Amino acid sequence: MQTEYINAFDIIVGVLWRFWPVWIALILVMGASFTYKKRLGLYGQLFDSGVGIAGVFICLFWLFTAIFASTISPFDPLAQVSVMKDTLPGAIEPTSKLIYYFGGDKLARDVFSRMVYGSQIVLIIAPAATGFALMVGITLGLPAGYYGGKIDTLLSFLANLVLAFPVILLFYLLVTPGIMDTPIPYAMAGLFFLFPIIFFSVLFWTRFKNRPDRLYILLGITLVVGGWIYVGLVFDKDPLHIVHIDPNQLNIFVAVVFASSPGVFRIVRGLTMDIKTRDYVAAAQTRGESPWYIMLWEILPNARGPLIVDACLRIGYTTILLGTLGYFGLGLAPESPDWGTAIKDASRLLRSFIHPALPPTIALMSFVLGLNLLADSLREQSMKD
Amino acid sequence: MLSFILRRLGTMALTMLCLTLIVFFLINLGPNLKKLAISQTEMHTSAEQLESWLVNHGYRQNFFVRYGQWLGVLPKQPITDPATGKPAQRFSFCNDPLVPTFSGVLQGDFGCSTKFKTTVASKLFPALGATGLLMFWVLALMVPISLLIGILAGMREGSRTDRTLSVASIASTATPEYVSGVIFTVIFASWLGWLNGSAASASQGLTFYNFTLPVMTLAIYGIGYIARMTRASMVEVMTQQYIRTARLKGLSFGSVVVKHALRNALIAPFTVIMLQFPWLLTGVVIVEVMFRYQGFGYTLVEAAGNNDIDLLLGCSLVSVFIVLITQLISDVGYAFLNPRIRVQ
Repeated sequence: MQTEYINAFDIIVGVLWRFWPVWIALILVMGASFTYKKRLGLYGQLFDSGVGIAGVFICLFWLFTAIFASTISPFDPLAQVSVMKDTLPGAIEPTSKLIYYFGGDKLARDVFSRMVYGSQIVLIIAPAATGFALMVGITLGLPAGYYGGKIDTLLSFLANLVLAFPVILLFYLLVTPGIMDTPIPYAMAGLFFLFPIIFFSVLFWTRFKNRPDRLYILLGITLVVGGWIYVGLVFDKDPLHIVHIDPNQLNIFVAVVFASSPGVFRIVRGLTMDIKTRDYVAAAQTRGESPWYIMLWEILPNARGPLIVDACLRIGYTTILLGTLGYFGLGLAPESPDWGTAIKDASRLLRSFIHPALPPTIALMSFVLGLNLLADSLREQSMKD
Repeated sequence: MLSFILRRLGTMALTMLCLTLIVFFLINLGPNLKKLAISQTEMHTSAEQLESWLVNHGYRQNFFVRYGQWLGVLPKQPITDPATGKPAQRFSFCNDPLVPTFSGVLQGDFGCSTKFKTTVASKLFPALGATGLLMFWVLALMVPISLLIGILAGMREGSRTDRTLSVASIASTATPEYVSGVIFTVIFASWLGWLNGSAASASQGLTFYNFTLPVMTLAIYGIGYIARMTRASMVEVMTQQYIRTARLKGLSFGSVVVKHALRNALIAPFTVIMLQFPWLLTGVVIVEVMFRYQGFGYTLVEAAGNNDIDLLLGCSLVSVFIVLITQLISDVGYAFLNPRIRVQ
């Protein structure tokens, strides 16, 4: 049976039309941000430059794509419709009359839907892993920079140890199917996921030590919510069955956090060493504040500028790392729609078909580009102050 | 200065010891050894036979004893042939000694590759040579281009050239090798047909046709980063007093840039280029797999995929060594280039 095709113009219009929830959400958010940009602080200042607007636009575009993925994509990303194997962009699926906008891949899945669903995987893992890496890096970097001495030597040695590993070797060692049979990923997850709980507990404790009414509520919330997520992620024993992560995703997650937290550690340590010489730190020391109060409530807020910029760049870098993992077929399931896996599958067949390769590559590139533009614009804005 | 280098070399040795121990531990985890045994024995072997293969080939000795043997501080024992009871070679294809000898990394013996059925040295060093060639061309392309972009952009901060080049370099840092590789292959190999999408033939002889795509792909990710750093350093130098003085005494803009600014602006990029090597190493792995170029990265992937213990250890030793030595060179070089640091 001959597959019918629609022409290039209809493909473009059709794709733009499929993204309609994204456009509506973008118009709402961007419009609101423009209107109130004077009151939005650093975020509002982003809208003063073209680079900043482009960065925000691209990041929000992928964020909303991930949120509305099920509405946007016409097909299930894993569904195989055998007549559509290797079809070119714009092919019409005979039974549902829906269109394979970007064609079908070698397993007859819709490239467009896979690209849309791929954004979900990236936008969940990359920011979350960056968040955990920030927590680990901050919690260890602050004391290393503040106290110096032996603790600094030890932690810096450990950080340099991890940084001396080429990332790819680290992943080949840590993200293998075999390692799931050993307790190593769970032990590492157990260790890393403790850091946010420690961080927030110390944060609230140092601030509200003398105000038990606030302290007990905040500590209670931290321990209950943190403990709940902790049990769900590390032991997969969430009593309410809401927090759940596949073992292989946990493995990837841990490996990515492990690979990127030494970088955060170095930055935080450097910033702390710089900021601790300032007058307001000396003033706090004279007042008799505890070291952890000074670190968390005097030094950390003043280091936020570079840290926010670094976090943006790091989410982009983590996206690239996830793509690398997918490209080498490590960790993620072989049929997973994430961009790296899709690029791997498509790049082997570039000689015969190029259309399955382009959507995931352009998606990944544009998302990282958006984050980099955002970081660049944030850096410029924070330098103005 | 000498004591600084000596102390750094000491830290380096300690780091390498720790890292190889970690790698050794991770490769020798139970599931990995089982995978190795399965790949090395005939099909459909029973669990007992797998176990006896592992015991026979010395994989069940004490962990630290085996690490010591690999390192060369403990003697390597020949295995006993189960049929005759006489000492035998562990792997016949590697000329293992028949009497206990100290033969580890410290003695220059990197062990035996179970995947390629040869010694690690005879596999690893030719591969390193091939990768060295790739790296040479990448650096030859990457360094001049990125420095030029950085200087042009940083020369007049905020100008149109600056904005255009800055956005271009941001775009290039957003393009990892597996993305640019695919895009370049589509453009230059599939559409235009100018270049070869595979570098498999490059081991017989390098040509522009088969080697340009890998080099381009590998260079593009680093160019943006180095250019950004050069730009930042250039912008900083251009705001210095001595540049203003030079301008005010009537020197032309071009001569100020070339004679006064460049020398000082190029110190920071030197460090950045040196610290790019760990990144390049990951890039090399991706590019060599993508373009089927038989170099170090390809060897690493094969070793990791087949759990080839000695080869993977050799690869990690080499890559960790490269990372640490470039860090050392960048620190020493920085002190050498920047007199202010040297005095302290």
